[in-house]
Amino acid sequence: MAIAVVLVLLVVGSIIFHLVSPWWFTDIASHWANIDFTVNLTFWVTGFVFIAVNLFLAYSVYRYRQSKDTPDNKAVYEPENARLETGLTILTALGVAAMLAPGLFVWAQFVTVPEDATEFEAFGSQWQWAFRYPGDDGVMGTADISHISETNPWGINPADPAGQDDLVVKAPYMALPVDQPVKALLRSRDVLHNYTVPQFRAKMDMVPGMVSYMWIEPTRTGVFDVLCEQYCGLGHHIMRAQIEVMEPADYEQWLDQQMTFAETQSLPEGSVSAGRQAYATCASCHGQNGEGNQAMNAPKLAGLQDWYIARQLRYYSEGVRGANPDDSAGQMMAPMAAMVNSEEARLNVAAYIESLPDEPAPATVEGDAERGMRIYSANCAACHGAEAQGSWSTDAPALAGMSDWYLARQLNNYRDGIRGGEDGDHYGYQMTSMVKAMRTEAQQNDVIAYINTLR
Amino acid sequence: MAYVPLADQDDAHALHDPDSFITKYVWSQDHKVIAIQYGGIAIFVGLIALGLSILMRLQLGFPDTISWIDPAFYYQAVTMHGMIMVVYLLTALFLGGFGNYLIPLMCGTRDMVFPFLNMLSVWVYLLSVLILLASFFVPGGPTGAGWTLYAPQSITPGTPGSGYGILLMLVSLGVFIIAFTMGGLNYVTTILQARTRGLTLMRLPLSIWGIFTATVLGLFAFPALLVSAIMLTFDLMLGTSFFVPSMIHMGETLEHDGGSPILFQHLFWFFGHPEVYIVALPAFGLVSDVLSTHARKNIFGYRMMVWAIIAIGGLSFLVWAHHMYVSGMNPYFGFFFATTTLIIAVPTALKVYNWVLTLWQGNIRLNTPMLFAIGFIFTFVHGGLTGLFLGNVIIDVPLADTYFVVAHFHMVMGVSPVLVLYAALYHWYPKMTGKMFNETLGKIHFWCTFLGTYAIYLPMHYLGFLGVPRRYYEMGNTDFIPASAQALNANITIAAIFVAIAQLLFFINIFWSLKSGKPSGGNPWGATTLEWQTPDTPPKHGNWGEELPAVYRWAYDYSVPGAEKDFIPQNEPGEEYEKTFHHKGGES
Repeated sequence: MAIAVVLVLLVVGSIIFHLVSPWWFTDIASHWANIDFTVNLTFWVTGFVFIAVNLFLAYSVYRYRQSKDTPDNKAVYEPENARLETGLTILTALGVAAMLAPGLFVWAQFVTVPEDATEFEAFGSQWQWAFRYPGDDGVMGTADISHISETNPWGINPADPAGQDDLVVKAPYMALPVDQPVKALLRSRDVLHNYTVPQFRAKMDMVPGMVSYMWIEPTRTGVFDVLCEQYCGLGHHIMRAQIEVMEPADYEQWLDQQMTFAETQSLPEGSVSAGRQAYATCASCHGQNGEGNQAMNAPKLAGLQDWYIARQLRYYSEGVRGANPDDSAGQMMAPMAAMVNSEEARLNVAAYIESLPDEPAPATVEGDAERGMRIYSANCAACHGAEAQGSWSTDAPALAGMSDWYLARQLNNYRDGIRGGEDGDHYGYQMTSMVKAMRTEAQQNDVIAYINTLR
Repeated sequence: MAYVPLADQDDAHALHDPDSFITKYVWSQDHKVIAIQYGGIAIFVGLIALGLSILMRLQLGFPDTISWIDPAFYYQAVTMHGMIMVVYLLTALFLGGFGNYLIPLMCGTRDMVFPFLNMLSVWVYLLSVLILLASFFVPGGPTGAGWTLYAPQSITPGTPGSGYGILLMLVSLGVFIIAFTMGGLNYVTTILQARTRGLTLMRLPLSIWGIFTATVLGLFAFPALLVSAIMLTFDLMLGTSFFVPSMIHMGETLEHDGGSPILFQHLFWFFGHPEVYIVALPAFGLVSDVLSTHARKNIFGYRMMVWAIIAIGGLSFLVWAHHMYVSGMNPYFGFFFATTTLIIAVPTALKVYNWVLTLWQGNIRLNTPMLFAIGFIFTFVHGGLTGLFLGNVIIDVPLADTYFVVAHFHMVMGVSPVLVLYAALYHWYPKMTGKMFNETLGKIHFWCTFLGTYAIYLPMHYLGFLGVPRRYYEMGNTDFIPASAQALNANITIAAIFVAIAQLLFFINIFWSLKSGKPSGGNPWGATTLEWQTPDTPPKHGNWGEELPAVYRWAYDYSVPGAEKDFIPQNEPGEEYEKTFHHKGGES
């Protein structure tokens, strides 16, 4: 008896839950409204079956249950009923066809890219994004894993003339024009990834060794999250990018600001001698040899990769770092960084710092290195490397031999939302999640103690 | 004289009864002992997987509460939970457990046709479990590659446990497949060759049809997993490139070139989709028998049910790429696989109709096993219908890799089979032990499990509609995910913890009843099938005493018109009642 009532209540409750649920598809931002249509169609067909079958089930249980009042009840002997069974088969087949046919119709649209679609390329790696657009010639140059290097993370073939004017983005940020069909070409340089914008309803995996594709036509302007939705290892959940859908004129302007591949390949190297002059200001806190000075709250710099130094200087000068009132040391750094406020000046300083002799900073943090090793190798090594040497390919700086008190403070800052929360600090955002591998101070000290053994 | 296997020997004196504790309970060749060994190991390892799921839920529902659930551990827990539940619990418990227990009893044989192989099977299965669990204790811990073990991520640094962990997983799977093959050949041969006199194929209980078809599927599907595991091991250990293309790691080009990650997915799902039915078909069979027995009514449309099982089994080899609609495979495959996938919904729906029609005009006994069986119909309808979303290629696109998928397969492949397992465990408990379980405790267990799991998974579908991606350690700053989604996650976690704790009731019940339960007698449910007609309960070694039973009728002679009782056992002599008459309502 109770089960019959509960079954009815569950059906009613499911309907109510559906009606009051604030959780449903996000507002659509692409032309794939017919995907939503097929979802809704399926929802109502299956919803009807769900209600009908379960109410019939509940009624059968209620009507034909044994009870003390009717001890003489007997079941009906009915092994089969060909007419009923055939009828149900046909009805079910029709219902299935009614869902399948429109589904396949829309799928045919999904796999047929319009002739006038422009192209862009999304390129995934553990756990970063990069993007590419065709240049004036409208054609993207060939690309291959074998061409990938620190200065050519897209793997564009340097010998291919078609690739020279390609517009390249090495940041988790891309743009598209509104109301124009675009074909996404999807590549990966390591494991499986996936390109998903929930508001577009479309998604497709990015597979190393091949190019997959899909097409969309954004229908409203705005900024949306790009997510990786194919599990790609430890940093899967922090592999994020943003896409901004713009009016065509804004989009053209944005494209004009992006560098061509040829420009990225002919950037001047940072000048060590020019950097030495600029560094004189830094030396008063960070030391002549970039060895750091804890009393001045200045961490060791020698041993850090030039791209990391340049990036942090840019963050400081653009207010991405050092703007948080709780970050007093960062606030001191911000005006200093403003003194090197061109990319060229920053690269010069970075080049000079990279040329400094790298002596490990003194260890000041104590912890259980063996326990720290377990946490580090499970959660940190994937980006910072087994030797804490850092890597351009994961955008992760060197940690070994750096000022350990500074590491501790930054980890605290990430944890407390003092660093990594600003718009534009994409890599810092990733650290705000990974820092959760060290939720207690003891765990953090253990990890730093382990990093101190890697110097 | 021709060789007659033990299973077929009429004369019980040929049996060598085990005489020591070791031969009786440890190195036993008795299918019933082996079944309980299989079941015990499976439930033990399943409890570990249950614990892992609670840790995952704690991280999702209440982030930052448990200091040692770091991202690496979370992904390891996800992986081990999934693989253990699908392979080491569900496959092993349905086929190694119920298959072993029921096949000889329902087919009227003395044992499996290869008892020694059967014994080897369970011990090799234990070995595979030990290898799997060993990965918790190696440097780097168990693999965190996701239970699908997609290459190249599963064997490259950047995924937790990509060294020892994944190696032990692959070896363990290989060993498991050896164990399964030894058991599986036994089940198929016993069912085909050793059935007792009069037990034609179309007189078999649906439990046997489900177990038989599932085992055949397993024998065809597991080799695909075995070869992909071996090839992946070669990629990992020998530097071959079956699945690993040229790729960059930490700025360095790895020594692989030309492998196909999509090939791995094809091989994995060529196993993985039939695997769904390796679990589902025995569940379909067992629940049919529980429903029929306690509704005191024949299973409705028996022939249709048998053909549906076979059709589902056959079709299950033609749908695998519906797991890969957005994998980057040639998108035109989508047309084919969406069509085959939705076709499979037709025989599946017919089974549901026939279960409900079995209850219609029945005389339903609402005891614990029956409640679990009815609960199964509800959850299976729910999970089956959401499958129509994901199977229809274009609808899969927005929902793939979201919590909708997680909710769907937990409804259809987690909750539903588990409800059947409980229905079956309660239903056959009196036969296995000779004792009745505690009915009140059983019913409380049912209500907590049934309502609790629905509270977990119904809302989870809506997280999927919203677009929340699965396999995320945490949601982070994502504009389209409102704060209310986190509150929902917390509620789901509370429901999950509640359900997990409620499972204690089952263990309390079966252990308490073992000692203090009322004697059940040989056939407490008034069931027709052969296992309830054994001379002893629990059945002794050799099952049938002096003489094997003979079968005179199908397995579902309940409430036969004119019969004295409301059931006629299969081994009761006499003419069979005409089965093909058409009865309409109460008119005739």
